Amino acid sequence: MKAQVTVTLKSGILDPQGKAIEGALKSLGVDGIASVRQGKVFDIEIADGDRAGVEARLREAAEKLLANTLIENYHVKLIG
Amino acid sequence: MKAAVIVFPGINRERDMARTLKLVSGHEPAMVWHADMALPAGTDIAVLPGGFSYGDYLRCGAIAARAPIMEAVRAFAAKGGLVLGVCNGFQILCEAGLLPGVLMRNARLKFVCRDVYLRVERSDTPFTRGYNAGQVICVPTAHGEGNYVADSETIARLEGEGRVVFRYTAPDGALAPEWNFNGATNAIAGIVNARGNVLGMMPHPENHVETALGPTDGRGLFQGLAEYLDRAA
Repeated sequence: MKAQVTVTLKSGILDPQGKAIEGALKSLGVDGIASVRQGKVFDIEIADGDRAGVEARLREAAEKLLANTLIENYHVKLIG
Repeated sequence: MKAAVIVFPGINRERDMARTLKLVSGHEPAMVWHADMALPAGTDIAVLPGGFSYGDYLRCGAIAARAPIMEAVRAFAAKGGLVLGVCNGFQILCEAGLLPGVLMRNARLKFVCRDVYLRVERSDTPFTRGYNAGQVICVPTAHGEGNYVADSETIARLEGEGRVVFRYTAPDGALAPEWNFNGATNAIAGIVNARGNVLGMMPHPENHVETALGPTDGRGLFQGLAEYLDRAA
Protein backbone atom coordinates (compact mmCIF):
# COMPACT_ATOMS: atom_id res chain seq x y z
CA MET A 1 0.00 0.00 0.00
CA LYS A 2 1.19 3.53 -0.71
CA ALA A 3 0.65 6.47 1.53
CA GLN A 4 1.63 10.06 1.85
CA VAL A 5 2.33 11.93 5.07
CA THR A 6 2.36 15.70 4.77
CA VAL A 7 3.99 17.78 7.49
CA THR A 8 3.36 21.52 7.67
CA LEU A 9 4.25 24.23 10.14
CA LYS A 10 1.46 25.25 12.50
CA SER A 11 0.01 28.66 11.86
CA GLY A 12 1.74 31.31 13.90
CA ILE A 13 5.13 29.59 13.64
CA LEU A 14 7.55 31.84 11.77
CA ASP A 15 8.64 30.25 8.49
CA PRO A 16 11.59 32.23 7.14
CA GLN A 17 12.09 29.77 4.28
CA GLY A 18 8.50 30.19 3.15
CA LYS A 19 8.94 33.97 3.39
CA ALA A 20 12.08 33.85 1.23
CA ILE A 21 10.30 31.71 -1.38
CA GLU A 22 7.34 34.05 -1.29
CA GLY A 23 9.66 37.01 -1.93
CA ALA A 24 11.36 35.18 -4.81
CA LEU A 25 8.02 34.34 -6.45
CA LYS A 26 6.97 37.97 -6.18
CA SER A 27 10.25 39.13 -7.71
CA LEU A 28 9.70 36.66 -10.58
CA GLY A 29 6.44 38.41 -11.27
CA VAL A 30 4.19 35.47 -10.41
CA ASP A 31 0.92 37.25 -9.78
CA GLY A 32 -1.43 36.83 -6.91
CA ILE A 33 0.81 35.08 -4.39
CA ALA A 34 -0.51 36.05 -0.99
CA SER A 35 1.76 33.87 1.13
CA VAL A 36 3.91 30.72 1.02
CA ARG A 37 4.54 28.21 3.81
CA GLN A 38 7.05 25.42 3.24
CA GLY A 39 6.39 21.88 4.39
CA LYS A 40 7.49 18.28 3.80
CA VAL A 41 5.95 15.33 1.98
CA PHE A 42 6.86 11.70 2.81
CA ASP A 43 5.94 9.08 0.22
CA ILE A 44 5.72 5.82 2.11
CA GLU A 45 5.20 2.24 1.01
CA ILE A 46 3.77 0.15 3.77
CA ALA A 47 2.83 -3.50 4.13
CA ASP A 48 -0.81 -4.06 3.32
CA GLY A 49 -3.28 -4.30 6.13
CA ASP A 50 -6.68 -3.03 6.94
CA ARG A 51 -6.91 0.70 6.30
CA ALA A 52 -7.49 1.62 9.91
CA GLY A 53 -4.42 -0.34 11.03
CA VAL A 54 -2.21 1.17 8.33
CA GLU A 55 -3.40 4.62 9.16
CA ALA A 56 -2.71 4.05 12.84
CA ARG A 57 0.86 2.95 12.07
CA LEU A 58 1.44 6.01 9.91
CA ARG A 59 0.10 8.28 12.63
CA GLU A 60 2.50 6.58 15.04
CA ALA A 61 5.35 7.27 12.58
CA ALA A 62 4.34 10.90 12.34
CA GLU A 63 3.99 11.34 16.11
CA LYS A 64 7.25 9.55 16.93
CA LEU A 65 9.49 11.00 14.24
CA LEU A 66 8.17 12.60 11.06
CA ALA A 67 6.63 15.65 12.75
CA ASN A 68 7.60 17.69 15.76
CA THR A 69 4.10 18.28 17.03
CA LEU A 70 5.22 21.32 19.02
CA ILE A 71 5.53 23.23 15.77
CA GLU A 72 4.13 21.03 13.03
CA ASN A 73 0.84 19.47 11.95
CA TYR A 74 0.69 16.27 9.93
CA HIS A 75 -1.80 14.72 7.58
CA VAL A 76 -1.94 11.04 6.59
CA LYS A 77 -3.34 10.05 3.21
CA LEU A 78 -3.65 6.45 1.96
CA ILE A 79 -3.24 6.05 -1.81
CA GLY A 80 -4.72 2.68 -2.79
CA MET B 1 34.70 14.72 36.89
CA LYS B 2 33.89 11.69 34.82
CA ALA B 3 32.43 12.97 31.59
CA ALA B 4 30.94 10.99 28.74
CA VAL B 5 30.88 12.74 25.35
CA ILE B 6 28.20 11.25 23.12
CA VAL B 7 29.35 10.81 19.53
CA PHE B 8 26.67 10.84 16.84
CA PRO B 9 27.48 10.43 13.14
CA GLY B 10 27.83 13.87 11.58
CA ILE B 11 28.83 15.87 14.64
CA ASN B 12 32.13 17.76 14.48
CA ARG B 13 32.72 19.41 17.86
CA GLU B 14 33.25 16.32 19.96
CA ARG B 15 37.02 16.66 20.02
CA ASP B 16 36.88 20.36 20.93
CA MET B 17 34.57 19.38 23.78
CA ALA B 18 36.75 16.46 24.90
CA ARG B 19 39.88 18.64 24.78
CA THR B 20 38.25 21.31 26.95
CA LEU B 21 36.90 18.78 29.46
CA LYS B 22 40.40 17.30 29.81
CA LEU B 23 42.09 20.69 29.96
CA VAL B 24 39.84 22.02 32.71
CA SER B 25 39.15 18.92 34.78
CA GLY B 26 42.36 16.96 34.20
CA HIS B 27 40.34 13.86 33.36
CA GLU B 28 40.01 12.34 29.92
CA PRO B 29 36.33 12.00 29.02
CA ALA B 30 34.92 8.77 27.63
CA MET B 31 33.76 8.96 24.02
CA VAL B 32 30.47 7.07 23.77
CA TRP B 33 29.10 5.92 20.41
CA HIS B 34 25.47 6.69 19.63
CA ALA B 35 24.65 3.00 19.05
CA ASP B 36 25.85 2.04 22.55
CA MET B 37 23.14 1.20 25.03
CA ALA B 38 24.78 2.44 28.24
CA LEU B 39 26.95 5.20 29.66
CA PRO B 40 30.24 4.10 31.28
CA ALA B 41 29.86 3.20 34.96
CA GLY B 42 30.49 6.19 37.21
CA THR B 43 29.68 8.82 34.59
CA ASP B 44 28.79 12.06 36.34
CA ILE B 45 28.08 14.23 33.32
CA ALA B 46 26.87 13.36 29.82
CA VAL B 47 27.78 15.87 27.12
CA LEU B 48 26.10 16.17 23.73
CA PRO B 49 28.42 18.19 21.51
CA GLY B 50 27.77 20.31 18.44
CA GLY B 51 27.82 19.52 14.76
CA PHE B 52 25.35 18.19 12.26
CA SER B 53 24.17 14.80 13.48
CA TYR B 54 22.72 12.80 10.57
CA GLY B 55 23.35 15.78 8.32
CA ASP B 56 20.50 17.67 10.00
CA TYR B 57 18.16 15.39 8.04
CA LEU B 58 14.44 15.72 8.80
CA ARG B 59 14.95 18.34 11.54
CA CYS B 60 18.12 19.30 13.42
CA GLY B 61 18.73 16.69 16.10
CA ALA B 62 15.57 14.70 15.27
CA ILE B 63 17.24 11.43 14.37
CA ALA B 64 19.99 11.62 16.99
CA ALA B 65 17.31 12.17 19.63
CA ARG B 66 16.00 8.68 18.83
CA ALA B 67 19.43 6.96 18.85
CA PRO B 68 19.89 3.96 21.18
CA ILE B 69 22.21 5.82 23.60
CA MET B 70 19.53 8.44 24.24
CA GLU B 71 17.53 6.00 26.36
CA ALA B 72 20.54 5.76 28.66
CA VAL B 73 20.93 9.55 28.67
CA ARG B 74 17.23 9.93 29.49
CA ALA B 75 17.51 7.46 32.39
CA PHE B 76 20.70 9.18 33.62
CA ALA B 77 18.96 12.58 33.59
CA ALA B 78 15.91 11.12 35.36
CA LYS B 79 18.21 10.03 38.20
CA GLY B 80 19.57 13.58 38.47
CA GLY B 81 22.72 13.12 36.39
CA LEU B 82 24.06 16.27 34.74
CA VAL B 83 23.53 16.60 30.99
CA LEU B 84 25.04 19.38 28.89
CA GLY B 85 24.00 19.91 25.28
CA VAL B 86 25.77 22.48 23.12
CA CYS B 87 24.50 23.66 19.73
CA ASN B 88 23.36 20.47 17.95
CA GLY B 89 23.38 18.94 21.44
CA PHE B 90 20.77 21.51 22.52
CA GLN B 91 18.69 20.70 19.44
CA ILE B 92 18.93 16.98 20.24
CA LEU B 93 17.84 17.54 23.88
CA CYS B 94 14.78 19.47 22.67
CA GLU B 95 13.91 16.81 20.10
CA ALA B 96 14.33 14.13 22.78
CA GLY B 97 11.91 15.98 25.04
CA LEU B 98 14.53 16.46 27.76
CA LEU B 99 14.15 20.21 27.29
CA PRO B 100 11.03 22.05 26.11
CA GLY B 101 10.69 23.98 22.87
CA VAL B 102 12.49 23.77 19.57
CA LEU B 103 15.34 25.49 17.72
CA MET B 104 14.06 26.95 14.46
CA ARG B 105 15.82 28.42 11.45
CA ASN B 106 17.55 31.71 12.33
CA ALA B 107 15.09 34.55 11.76
CA ARG B 108 17.34 36.19 9.15
CA LEU B 109 18.03 32.82 7.49
CA LYS B 110 21.80 33.20 7.87
CA PHE B 111 24.22 30.74 9.38
CA VAL B 112 25.99 32.88 11.97
CA CYS B 113 29.59 32.04 12.89
CA ARG B 114 31.17 34.63 15.17
CA ASP B 115 31.69 35.66 18.77
CA VAL B 116 28.53 36.68 20.61
CA TYR B 117 27.74 38.03 24.06
CA LEU B 118 25.72 36.14 26.63
CA ARG B 119 24.36 37.44 29.89
CA VAL B 120 24.52 34.80 32.61
CA GLU B 121 21.11 35.06 34.26
CA ARG B 122 21.88 33.04 37.36
CA SER B 123 24.92 31.58 39.00
CA ASP B 124 23.25 29.05 41.29
CA THR B 125 23.27 26.13 38.85
CA PRO B 126 26.00 23.48 38.53
CA PHE B 127 26.61 24.85 35.03
CA THR B 128 26.92 28.54 35.86
CA ARG B 129 28.43 28.58 39.36
CA GLY B 130 31.73 29.66 37.78
CA TYR B 131 30.13 32.99 36.85
CA ASN B 132 28.33 35.81 38.60
CA ALA B 133 24.67 36.48 37.87
CA GLY B 134 24.46 39.34 35.40
CA GLN B 135 27.98 38.75 34.11
CA VAL B 136 28.40 39.05 30.34
CA ILE B 137 30.60 36.48 28.62
CA CYS B 138 31.92 36.37 25.08
CA VAL B 139 31.75 32.98 23.36
CA PRO B 140 31.61 31.83 19.76
CA THR B 141 28.49 30.72 18.00
CA ALA B 142 28.09 28.74 14.78
CA HIS B 143 24.59 27.74 13.77
CA GLY B 144 21.81 28.22 11.27
CA GLU B 145 19.03 26.88 13.48
CA GLY B 146 19.23 28.48 16.89
CA ASN B 147 16.05 30.50 17.00
CA TYR B 148 14.47 29.25 20.23
CA VAL B 149 10.70 28.88 20.00
CA ALA B 150 8.13 27.50 22.41
CA ASP B 151 4.46 28.18 23.07
CA SER B 152 3.71 31.20 25.25
CA GLU B 153 2.78 29.02 28.23
CA THR B 154 6.18 27.28 28.12
CA ILE B 155 8.02 30.58 27.76
CA ALA B 156 6.11 32.01 30.73
CA ARG B 157 7.00 28.93 32.79
CA LEU B 158 10.70 29.09 31.81
CA GLU B 159 10.85 32.77 32.71
CA GLY B 160 8.77 32.38 35.87
CA GLU B 161 10.91 29.53 37.17
CA GLY B 162 14.18 31.24 36.29
CA ARG B 163 15.15 28.53 33.84
CA VAL B 164 16.61 30.85 31.22
CA VAL B 165 20.29 30.81 32.14
CA PHE B 166 21.89 32.50 29.13
CA ARG B 167 20.55 35.35 26.98
CA TYR B 168 21.98 37.07 23.90
CA THR B 169 22.78 40.67 24.81
CA ALA B 170 24.99 43.62 23.91
CA PRO B 171 28.51 43.59 25.43
CA ASP B 172 27.17 45.67 28.33
CA GLY B 173 24.42 43.16 29.07
CA ALA B 174 21.58 45.19 27.56
CA LEU B 175 18.90 43.37 25.59
CA ALA B 176 18.59 44.68 22.02
CA PRO B 177 17.15 43.13 18.84
CA GLU B 178 20.40 43.63 16.92
CA TRP B 179 22.28 41.45 19.42
CA ASN B 180 19.65 38.72 19.33
CA PHE B 181 21.08 37.62 16.00
CA ASN B 182 18.97 34.48 15.51
CA GLY B 183 15.65 35.95 16.61
CA ALA B 184 15.24 33.65 19.62
CA THR B 185 12.18 34.25 21.79
CA ASN B 186 13.20 36.56 24.66
CA ALA B 187 16.80 36.32 23.35
CA ILE B 188 17.05 32.86 24.93
CA ALA B 189 20.47 31.26 24.36
CA GLY B 190 20.35 28.55 27.03
CA ILE B 191 17.82 26.91 29.34
CA VAL B 192 17.69 24.26 32.03
CA ASN B 193 15.02 21.64 32.74
CA ALA B 194 12.71 21.94 35.73
CA ARG B 195 15.08 19.96 37.95
CA GLY B 196 18.06 22.06 36.84
CA ASN B 197 20.31 19.14 35.87
CA VAL B 198 19.97 19.40 32.08
CA LEU B 199 21.34 22.46 30.27
CA GLY B 200 21.03 23.19 26.56
CA MET B 201 22.73 26.18 24.94
CA MET B 202 23.44 27.21 21.36
CA PRO B 203 26.86 28.95 21.66
CA HIS B 204 30.14 27.10 22.18
CA PRO B 205 31.79 27.80 25.55
CA GLU B 206 34.22 24.93 24.86
CA ASN B 207 35.90 26.99 22.15
CA HIS B 208 36.91 29.93 24.37
CA VAL B 209 39.01 28.36 27.07
CA GLU B 210 42.64 29.00 26.12
CA THR B 211 44.47 32.34 26.01
CA ALA B 212 46.43 31.22 22.93
CA LEU B 213 43.13 31.21 21.04
CA GLY B 214 41.66 34.43 22.40
CA PRO B 215 39.09 35.04 25.12
CA THR B 216 38.63 32.43 27.83
CA ASP B 217 35.11 33.28 28.95
CA GLY B 218 33.88 29.75 28.26
CA ARG B 219 36.18 28.32 30.89
CA GLY B 220 33.97 29.31 33.82
CA LEU B 221 31.29 26.86 32.78
CA PHE B 222 33.65 23.86 32.78
CA GLN B 223 35.61 25.04 35.81
CA GLY B 224 32.38 25.42 37.76
CA LEU B 225 31.16 22.00 36.67
CA ALA B 226 34.46 20.33 37.55
CA GLU B 227 34.51 21.89 41.02
CA TYR B 228 30.87 21.00 41.60
CA LEU B 229 31.40 17.37 40.59
CA ASP B 230 34.69 16.97 42.43
CA ARG B 231 33.07 18.27 45.59
CA ALA B 232 30.12 15.93 45.17
CA ALA B 233 32.43 12.96 44.56
